[in-house]
Amino acid sequence: MSVLDSKVPKGPLKDKWTTYKDKINLVNPANKRNIDVIVVGTGLAGGSAAATLAELGYRVKAFCYQDSPRRAHSIAAQGGINAAKNYQGDGDSTYRLFYDTVKGGDYRSREANVYRLAEVSANIIDQCVAQGVPFARDYGGLLDNRSFGGVLVSRTFYAKGQTGQQLLLGAYSAMNRQIARGKIEMYNRHEMLDVVKVDGKARGIIARNLVTGEIERHSAHAVVIASGGYGNVYFLSTNAMGSNATAAWKIHKKGAFFANPCYTQIHPTCIPRSGDYQSKLTLMSESLRNDGRIWVPKNMEDVLAIREGKLKPTQLSEEQRDYYLERRYPAFGNLVPRDVASRAAKERCDAGYGVNATGEAVYLDFKSAIERYGLEQAKIQGIQNASKEKITALGEAVVEEKYGNLFQMYEKIVDENPYKTPMMIYPATHYTMGGVWVDYNLMTTVEGLYCIGEANFSDHGANRLGASALMQGLADGYFVLPYTIGDYLSHEIRTGKIPTDSPEFDTAEKEVTERINFFVNNKGSHSVDYFHKRLGKVMWDKCGMSRNAKDLKEAIAEIKAIREEFYKEVKVPGSANEMNPELEKAGRVADFLELGELFAKDALMREESCGGHFREESVEIDGEQKGEAKRNDEDYAFVAAWEYKGEPSDAVLHKEQLEFKDIELKQRSYK
Amino acid sequence: MNLTLKIWRQKGPQDKGKMVQYKVTEISEHMSFLEMMDVLNEQLTNKGEEPVAFDHDCREGICGMCSMYINGEAHGPDRGVTTCQLHMRMFKDGDTITIEPFRAKAFPVIKDLVIDRSSFERIQQAGGFISVNTSGNTQDANAIPIDKHAADTAMDAATCIGCGACVASCKNSSAMLFVGAKVSQYALLPQGQVEATDRVKNMVAQMDLEGFGNCTNTGACEVECPKGISLENIARMNREFLKASMKG
Repeated sequence: MSVLDSKVPKGPLKDKWTTYKDKINLVNPANKRNIDVIVVGTGLAGGSAAATLAELGYRVKAFCYQDSPRRAHSIAAQGGINAAKNYQGDGDSTYRLFYDTVKGGDYRSREANVYRLAEVSANIIDQCVAQGVPFARDYGGLLDNRSFGGVLVSRTFYAKGQTGQQLLLGAYSAMNRQIARGKIEMYNRHEMLDVVKVDGKARGIIARNLVTGEIERHSAHAVVIASGGYGNVYFLSTNAMGSNATAAWKIHKKGAFFANPCYTQIHPTCIPRSGDYQSKLTLMSESLRNDGRIWVPKNMEDVLAIREGKLKPTQLSEEQRDYYLERRYPAFGNLVPRDVASRAAKERCDAGYGVNATGEAVYLDFKSAIERYGLEQAKIQGIQNASKEKITALGEAVVEEKYGNLFQMYEKIVDENPYKTPMMIYPATHYTMGGVWVDYNLMTTVEGLYCIGEANFSDHGANRLGASALMQGLADGYFVLPYTIGDYLSHEIRTGKIPTDSPEFDTAEKEVTERINFFVNNKGSHSVDYFHKRLGKVMWDKCGMSRNAKDLKEAIAEIKAIREEFYKEVKVPGSANEMNPELEKAGRVADFLELGELFAKDALMREESCGGHFREESVEIDGEQKGEAKRNDEDYAFVAAWEYKGEPSDAVLHKEQLEFKDIELKQRSYK
Repeated sequence: MNLTLKIWRQKGPQDKGKMVQYKVTEISEHMSFLEMMDVLNEQLTNKGEEPVAFDHDCREGICGMCSMYINGEAHGPDRGVTTCQLHMRMFKDGDTITIEPFRAKAFPVIKDLVIDRSSFERIQQAGGFISVNTSGNTQDANAIPIDKHAADTAMDAATCIGCGACVASCKNSSAMLFVGAKVSQYALLPQGQVEATDRVKNMVAQMDLEGFGNCTNTGACEVECPKGISLENIARMNREFLKASMKG
């Protein structure tokens, strides 16, 4: 019997969540006032959870490392949020959203969680509109939708290319209302550095005030981690500079199992890197694939001429272009899921067809869309015999309305006009499907310790579909956790205030202080970034879009060596008792150096290709799917949950077997 | 390119600050301004000096965390960008660049180029929300059709990233573009009507309490705003405020 109990309620899939909600224990309003909950992170998951728990009457303490909760990296999500509203009448339903998510995740997610996510998705849109989130609307005043990869319906709600920003500002406004009432105590510029366990239960955290350097103790009856993903283990990613895995990794070291670390999403449409000094990569929303067509030249001489600047992409005729996604996947075309699109770009670039100096870029072209929209507008506006220029101008105006801010962002970074010449894109690390293992209640393997949003191993299996991260973050925070945590807290009404002067708090604080002192006193020879960049290179080269046993074994050894060198040679200027950004980075990179090794170990263990995890040893040998990823359901249809035992190499694997009762396991085909 | 940087250094909120000169070499024109700052900081760290503290996070112009005053302009010489999106191609080899924090009474300096913008937080807490609990029972999202023009204008106002460039650019350190944008977003939507009167009064009162100056319509804020928030939002807030005052 496995130590992992997913606690999925019994009964038919469609009734599980409703029945569960009917049967859980509740806490009466007078008692809620005496119960403290800590929420770490204020993105969509943490922000919505903090606001909702405070509305319910709990005393909430919320923490973020930024100077305002509004700046959490959910703000950067561009394209949209999925919901099974079926406003377009195109056959969408809760079941279809559920089905698409499980299939898109390559059958590596927990059925019951995904169904619940699809069920509450429609509530999210209602809630956000009520908060004043200005979603895009059509001329009749109703909400507009667009399509995202891996699905055949239009279920994505959006606010220009700034959907994450608008949803986060919605959650932030809900938080502000509670901060004003004193129901949320907000700790900006604070970083959680450890969790405190008392008698096996999570009872508080140790946090550092990033302005003064002071180490603080905070107690609570339950702790919620909503600190986002670990994409920055690659150094270069679309994550914010400060995005880190420290909260998640610290709880892992205190007993929370870490699941599927190797499931990482490499997003197909990012601006290619331009030099060694680069600090981050910028995403171009997947929504662009609604209208953009991806291609590289068919002929190698054209590739070389383009690289040398002798030929412009716009000079190539249709016959000279290879729209490789449309060629390989006629059914889904440019809208295949992210993992498939990324690997296809890598395949073309590895074959030598990359179109920039580094050979790592493909085109995303809006010419066809501009023409199509232009003709449509000419008809709507009753313009007879419109000239080619007029049609282009009309089409560009439509494209600008849809993606204006993205086009502007591209132009500012690359210094090229994407209306006139195709964008250059290449895959980059974007999202991590792996994370802290949680049960149906979103509780980790530590009692009273919850994990929500990207930080948990979540509902996306081995690959997340576009516009589903915002959905999951808000589902967890607004509609799932507030119920499930209540059931747990109903047993805490007699506990009383948790003291912070216990030996457990003493020990945790001492450990945190010693570690900080170690860094500021180490006086090594290299900066934190020096080590972070080296780790990132190993991760990208050997644990990136395509993986094999030899590389992964090397990665494990190399990461360990970098980690050992880091502790000997890292240099952190400044002191502990002041604002010290280098010190903050040192702690985060130290954790990435452990997480990276577990990542490689997990990837080595999983000898199958599934979703974002592609093992070169596991591909289809022949037939229609020749060369595509090959999953192995017989041996690997499980969640890999790792238990911390000291060094990452000592981590112990626990398996949660995945059962699919309402969905048939199939080879994922987008052909 | 090679550059001379004059940067405001200040140890802590209570310490006296001063401009300090640095040199950086071999800066690529494709670098962002903050990547140039990374080069400087790496250089300082290797020399055992303390790096320059500056706020930054998303580095794609949306989080609103970065905040430098470069050559006398918030977010530097380019238009419609934050400092993290400013590229070194805007500068020439041999240039001297002056880098200061955003200056305003309501934005005290914490360290070097890092400022305290919690006054913005308190203004939002005074009324920048619609009072609706999360229940799963709110009415269907399409129950109230909203005129597309109104929805789009609300969205334009809502794109404010709360960076504070408007305040830094204003000779009066006024926050009216920031507050006007938030008031406008809700004023333009049917959901915002119920609390409209209290919202504008409370937010304006808090803005005054924080020590922000008044608006004298010079329009510098609109020019420097990285998100192109329009002055119309200030006019709309003034109308909302007048309407609210007449209601008593």
